[in-house]
Amino acid sequence: MRKRFIVAIASLTAALAVAAAQSQKTQVVYWQYQFDSKVNLVNDLIAEFNKANPDIEVKQETFPYDSYIAKVKSSLGAGQGPDVANLFYGWLPDWVGSNLLQPLPASFPAKQLEERVGSLVKASKINGQYYAVPTAVRVLAVFYNKDLFKAAGITSVPKTWTEMEADAKKIQKSDNGKVSVAGWAVQPEGQDHHLFREVLSRQWGGKPYTTDFKKIAYNSLAGLEAFKWYTGLIERGAATRGLDLFPGSGNAYRDSFISGRAGMIVDGSFAISAIRNGAKFNWGVFELPVREAGGLRANFGSYWVHGLTPNAKGAKLEASTKWLKFLTSDDVQRRWLKAIGELPANTVLAAAPELRKDPIYGPFIASIPFARATFFVDEAGQRKALSDALNSVWLTKTDPAKALESAASGEQKLLTDFFKR
Amino acid sequence: MTQSPRAKRSGLTLAGRQAVWAYVFLITPLLFFLLVRIYPAFESLRLSFLDYRSPLTVNPFIGLENFQEMTQDATLHRALLNTLLYAVIGVPAQLVLGLGVAMLLQGINKYKGIYRAIYFAPYITPIVASAWVWQWLLNKNFGPVNALLEQFGIPAQPFLGSPDQALVSAAALVIWQQLGFQIVLFLAGLEGIPRVYYEAASLDGVTTWTRFRYITLPLLNATVVFSVVIATNGFLQLFAQVANLNPTDQGGPLDSTLTVALYIYRMAFQSSKMGYAAAITVLLFAIILLFTVFQLRVLRRRVEY
Repeated sequence: MRKRFIVAIASLTAALAVAAAQSQKTQVVYWQYQFDSKVNLVNDLIAEFNKANPDIEVKQETFPYDSYIAKVKSSLGAGQGPDVANLFYGWLPDWVGSNLLQPLPASFPAKQLEERVGSLVKASKINGQYYAVPTAVRVLAVFYNKDLFKAAGITSVPKTWTEMEADAKKIQKSDNGKVSVAGWAVQPEGQDHHLFREVLSRQWGGKPYTTDFKKIAYNSLAGLEAFKWYTGLIERGAATRGLDLFPGSGNAYRDSFISGRAGMIVDGSFAISAIRNGAKFNWGVFELPVREAGGLRANFGSYWVHGLTPNAKGAKLEASTKWLKFLTSDDVQRRWLKAIGELPANTVLAAAPELRKDPIYGPFIASIPFARATFFVDEAGQRKALSDALNSVWLTKTDPAKALESAASGEQKLLTDFFKR
Repeated sequence: MTQSPRAKRSGLTLAGRQAVWAYVFLITPLLFFLLVRIYPAFESLRLSFLDYRSPLTVNPFIGLENFQEMTQDATLHRALLNTLLYAVIGVPAQLVLGLGVAMLLQGINKYKGIYRAIYFAPYITPIVASAWVWQWLLNKNFGPVNALLEQFGIPAQPFLGSPDQALVSAAALVIWQQLGFQIVLFLAGLEGIPRVYYEAASLDGVTTWTRFRYITLPLLNATVVFSVVIATNGFLQLFAQVANLNPTDQGGPLDSTLTVALYIYRMAFQSSKMGYAAAITVLLFAIILLFTVFQLRVLRRRVEY
């Protein structure tokens, strides 16, 4: 009996030793949030990469968007989790401040990044260093329902905000206080807080922040006029809150558009594939309007990045760097665009003629050169400060001037706290 | 009882050995409890004195600064008030409805199982699904509830979309969802009341109300105490239902449904203020402890058989 036991233990030990020897491969753990088209593409990429690099084994793990940040923070804190992670550029200051990322290795020179990605990348330079490589750029445009436009007798897309409002009014249908079709589905928590910050506040003659991003500047007179114009859309019968049209959704404005309940939405290029797959009507895209014909064009540009965490050390760092290089190569970037619909974070690739002429991608591509990225120190907190202000005008009839002031003071506190830290 | 030679060797009686084994089995969950409950509780007490960001950063000791910040934090005050409101609305509603439905269920004989299953179903329905359906039911433009109100000439109500109505609408979801659990508790409690009391009462020819007031309610006291404590703790720690009722603006609109637990999550994981979040956890712990001790003291006093 005892003898048999010893034999069993010995063979088990031997088996483990063999298994250990076989797994001499360096493991790279890659994390991103769950987004089907991205996950599928990365799975394909991993298969290729692992085949080309037999000594490395990349493993992908994904989490729902809502719990992604919490997962990353708690895992890295415990020495677990990813070696390479996907994140929004707006999270960088927080992640870098929490030591969740290490500076990019020398094989990603800053100069090359700036040439490749363009001026947008500068919003992710922290303490004079880059901590992540941009992979997908996103800008805003207006998605519109061609069928609803036609039914309302609108023959051309609006060029100014005034025209857009007039068209939205023609499309919006309501009965007894209930809206059945919205002219324009608005959602401050969606992309509209960006619309106010980087587009409207500038086009109305102000600016969102001081140039060093340390002080709020949108609470100027010009900013207030823009704020009043936007918040007044609902009362003037041109717009409806997305959440009142399609509850239960994380992207109520977009889902109400996809379900045919909204004539227009302002959304990012990342929405293209969702709308393409979901919308059962004719739709199109036009560039964000301007305030007056020939006036200032503005746009909000944002991007997702890939960075290396403190877990990537020694051989793991080398393998992770290799994977990151592969992930950000021109070839992969091209495929990223095709499979996911996100614009490559690469000025040369994005300038390809077939993209510029594309009726869907074209309006987005045209906006990249003048798009600006906000420097977020607490993306969720800053978004909430502004979206609460916009909502308070609609939901509690707060005076716009007071609402804007409370957004500015709330957001200023976050900025001040960050720069103090 | 004569002792066996084996027991003599170990110096223990049979009962003694059984007790030893009982302790061994008891100590395992106790260790587990210490490790996953008590230790983190003390750990968060420690964190509450630090400017804690992440385990990977230097996190300086800042004394009571986090607690001082809590006195200035208007959003936290809102969350505390909301949480209290949830409990004040939810606990009595859950108790009254739970007891009422349990008594009705006890009174029927046909299809007993089916009725019980129906009332218990919400409790085992995933919160995300319930929250989603709830939002559609209460939607201003397309919801069936508003369609019904319209039949009575009442204008469309925004419910979850309005800072004034959202908290009550959210509380209604929680009440509906937790009702099944309360019903089970009360059914068990009702079954435990000896029939003889009711028989004696019916011989005396007392009214239904008298029966309820002087037999059912006093003899259910232990169940009521347990129910109140469990329901209150549930509302004080409310998180998932509220987070799912408005996924893009958790706790919204305008923080009108925000709970303390949700605010802790927001501070810890969205704003990276782990130390501050830990300090609020300590506050919430103190509040729940206070409530529970108070409830046990006050409500227990009336137990008399």
